[in-house]
Amino acid sequence: MYKYIIKRLLMLIPVLLGVAFVIFAIMNVAEGDPVYQVAGPDATQEQLEALRVEMGLNGSLLQRYFRYIGKLLQGDLGVSYISKMDVMKLYLQRLPNTLRLASLAMLVAVVISVPLGIVAAVNQNTWKDTLAMILALIGLSMPNFWLGLLLMLLFALKLGWFPSGGAEGFASVILPAVTVGVGLAALLTRTTRSSMLDVLRQDYLRTARAKGVSERKVIYHHALRNALIPIITIFGVQFSNVLGGSVLAETVFAWPGVGRLVVDAIDQRDIPTVTGALIMTTMLVTIVNLVVDIVYAYVDPRIKAQYTK
Amino acid sequence: MQQESREILNIEDLRVRFETEDGIVYAVNGVSLKLGYHRTLGLVGETGAGKTTTALAMLRLVPDPPGVVECKRLEIGGQDVRGMSVSKLEQVRGNEISMIFQDPMTALNPVFTVGEQIAESIEIHEHLGKAEALEKAGDMLEMVGIPRQRANEYPHQFSGGMKQRVVIAIALACNPKLLIADEPTTALDVTIQAQVLELMNELKEKYNTSMIMITHDLGIVAEVCDEVAVMYAGKIVEQGSLEEVFGKTLHPYTEGLFNSLPNIKNRTAKLKPIHGLMPDPTKIPQGCAFAPRCNYATEECRKVCPALKNMGGTHCVACSAYDRDPDFLIERRKKNG
Amino acid sequence: MKETKTETRASKIYKKRSTLEMAWRQLRRNKGAIIGLILLVIIIIAALIAPLLFDYNTDVVGMNVKERMKWPSGAHICGTDELGRDIFTRIIYGARYSLAVGLVAVLIALIVGVLLGSAAGYIGGVFENVVMRICDIFSSIPSVLMAIAVVSALGKSTINLMIAVGIASTAPFVRVARAAVLVVRDEEYVEAARAIGQPDWKIVMVHILPNCVSQIIVQATLRVGSAIISAAQLSFLGLGVPAPAPEWGSMLASGRLYIRDYSYMTLFPGIAIMITVLSLNLLGDGLRDALDPKLKR
Repeated sequence: MYKYIIKRLLMLIPVLLGVAFVIFAIMNVAEGDPVYQVAGPDATQEQLEALRVEMGLNGSLLQRYFRYIGKLLQGDLGVSYISKMDVMKLYLQRLPNTLRLASLAMLVAVVISVPLGIVAAVNQNTWKDTLAMILALIGLSMPNFWLGLLLMLLFALKLGWFPSGGAEGFASVILPAVTVGVGLAALLTRTTRSSMLDVLRQDYLRTARAKGVSERKVIYHHALRNALIPIITIFGVQFSNVLGGSVLAETVFAWPGVGRLVVDAIDQRDIPTVTGALIMTTMLVTIVNLVVDIVYAYVDPRIKAQYTK
Repeated sequence: MQQESREILNIEDLRVRFETEDGIVYAVNGVSLKLGYHRTLGLVGETGAGKTTTALAMLRLVPDPPGVVECKRLEIGGQDVRGMSVSKLEQVRGNEISMIFQDPMTALNPVFTVGEQIAESIEIHEHLGKAEALEKAGDMLEMVGIPRQRANEYPHQFSGGMKQRVVIAIALACNPKLLIADEPTTALDVTIQAQVLELMNELKEKYNTSMIMITHDLGIVAEVCDEVAVMYAGKIVEQGSLEEVFGKTLHPYTEGLFNSLPNIKNRTAKLKPIHGLMPDPTKIPQGCAFAPRCNYATEECRKVCPALKNMGGTHCVACSAYDRDPDFLIERRKKNG
Repeated sequence: MKETKTETRASKIYKKRSTLEMAWRQLRRNKGAIIGLILLVIIIIAALIAPLLFDYNTDVVGMNVKERMKWPSGAHICGTDELGRDIFTRIIYGARYSLAVGLVAVLIALIVGVLLGSAAGYIGGVFENVVMRICDIFSSIPSVLMAIAVVSALGKSTINLMIAVGIASTAPFVRVARAAVLVVRDEEYVEAARAIGQPDWKIVMVHILPNCVSQIIVQATLRVGSAIISAAQLSFLGLGVPAPAPEWGSMLASGRLYIRDYSYMTLFPGIAIMITVLSLNLLGDGLRDALDPKLKR
């Protein structure tokens, strides 16, 4: 098993380097030479050249890229054009907020979707099933930021139960988390339902019933344990979307997270911040995906056996 | 739990139909069976005859939305299963009556160890703790010829034959009075088949279990069963002791089954299949369901469906030929005398 | 040419039904899919005839300060926005932008993705590995962030939005195309075609791709929905279709500024997005069920 984990960790490195390159390349296509922005209109050519070297903007794309990676490995993502603050510091300051939001969102999603999906599958083609599927479809079709606005309108502005923005107190994370969580819940409900439907057809459930196992245990112990396996895979992949969704939620609710950092930085053409934040976020997603894959291997005995040989 | 009844199983007029979008499937059309303690019944017939559905109905395992089960009587060990509450039924299943199914490859839950799956039965019915149950599960594994250390392994690590042994271990773990085996060896290689049958015989003797062996293989019936019931299109067409049905065959369908067996002594002889196909279960004919394929059929056969008639001893047959002519004999009887 | 009675009857019974026909029959039975299709057609028609109904300069972007911030009424069914423009008119006109971005983005993703994916699957080896690794890299970047990065690099415009969303949507098509090619690649008729000297690209186009058409259609339909949402998201963030264009996302962005006292402004554009994406999802789901031979309910 450890060999598998180590192998995956090693394979992570080229992927992370590749990700960094793609983002770096995209951001460096940006129009305009930032030196003008930073130096001001009166700078001479020599001053601009010197500034370029200082900002690491000299040389070809690849040269700059390797320089960047070199610095990144030391934990240095450069300095913001606007605030002159260390980008890594800025990012790490905001990251816990986003993680709080993302993890609560995923919790909300699981708590809603798994029971709903099970009910839909066990009562296939009845009104319960149809209702669950309609709700899921609506949840999938709604833009998350619109849901955020509606939630803010109803629960914050009209009813006053929750704050409409900022990160003060536990209540402030609820609305943003629900905003992000609903979209994921919609998808997970459908996945849970179809996974359960597949499992409910299986012969080994008949064996369990013939043994005298109660129907409740057949569904929640024998069936669910099998149905969860594909759900876990989807869950991992969705972390990427959850982070994307939090960008929107953070904007709507003025939540001081990484997403807002990126959006504000883009508005201000603060390239180092955007690049640094995007690269760090993607690395985070990649690592989470790896962890999910490993968990998946543990959870499904058939896969586990493959990797323990 | 009361041993007052004379039979372990008593079914009267069992009817099962499946109401689907594409029509009503009449799977079982009036089956009555009685089985005594420590006896083995062979339930014979082609695929689609309704054997599995009959067995499932005995445990009330017929899937409820499409399936509708009706019967006049369904008693196991004297207890009325028909009206039993679900919780009582769950106590009976796996405990007084067990069932093993045809395909061992899909019968076991892939995410639980083999030991856990056997132990679960013991935990539920004998109210033992997990550790004790696993201990007994190990005993059961040994009994079916699998080393007890393998209790911690998962189903995918076993071959088909061994999986079927595990299934047998699960079924017999709580010493049921009746074991229903639905084509337990059909999915296995012939050599493994022999091993598994031998194992089943051994355990049957050891535990004094009654058994219903569902199969389409007459060879297996001859080896294992005391009594035989032949099913066709959801009905029993011939029934009796092994000697009666094999030695003094009465029904043309049973004769057809024997005739379709390849003759090992005469390798070059042509195979004699029964021509035609079993009727579409959504369109059961009015008269005798076998008439279109029967060599002895008359017009009357197609109009009226014959009832089971006792022809001596425990031997019954559903064929109107015997009503018309008391001395009627089929070809096979004429040869065997 | 008179056919005999039996021939006509026989040909009617055994008429070979093409996959398309069978799929259409299956689809017709799916009520959700039909509703989706009807809704979608209505939206498309609205988008197409919008310029005939409204004049862009006066109705859609023309400011009318006297009429600003009016709640929904008979004259303005969805109310007016902060510059006095009728919201209902802008919503109808906005359908053009959402549909256009959605369709073009998915078209870009489809063409690039299928080409790369089928090439990867067919050629195999290092090329396939490299393409799939790149695909993984692109997939691990959250699509919103990817689109944001591209737009910030290229600048804000409708075309750049289409490209950005397109790039972010390419990975699924690469995978679908490659998987489809892998299934068919080693079949005998492909070998036969190669043996008689057919050029590779022709083999791919004629023999292999038709097999994955149904999967691609399903993916495409569903992706147009997410592309529309992505476009709205970016416009909401100020990175999409530039003002004063009536893109639904931008309308929600301005609505947000006045959400406390003029809540109607955040209601209608959102409903428009939801209905459009819903119709696409209904249709896409229906297509997937109709075209997948294994899914027999």
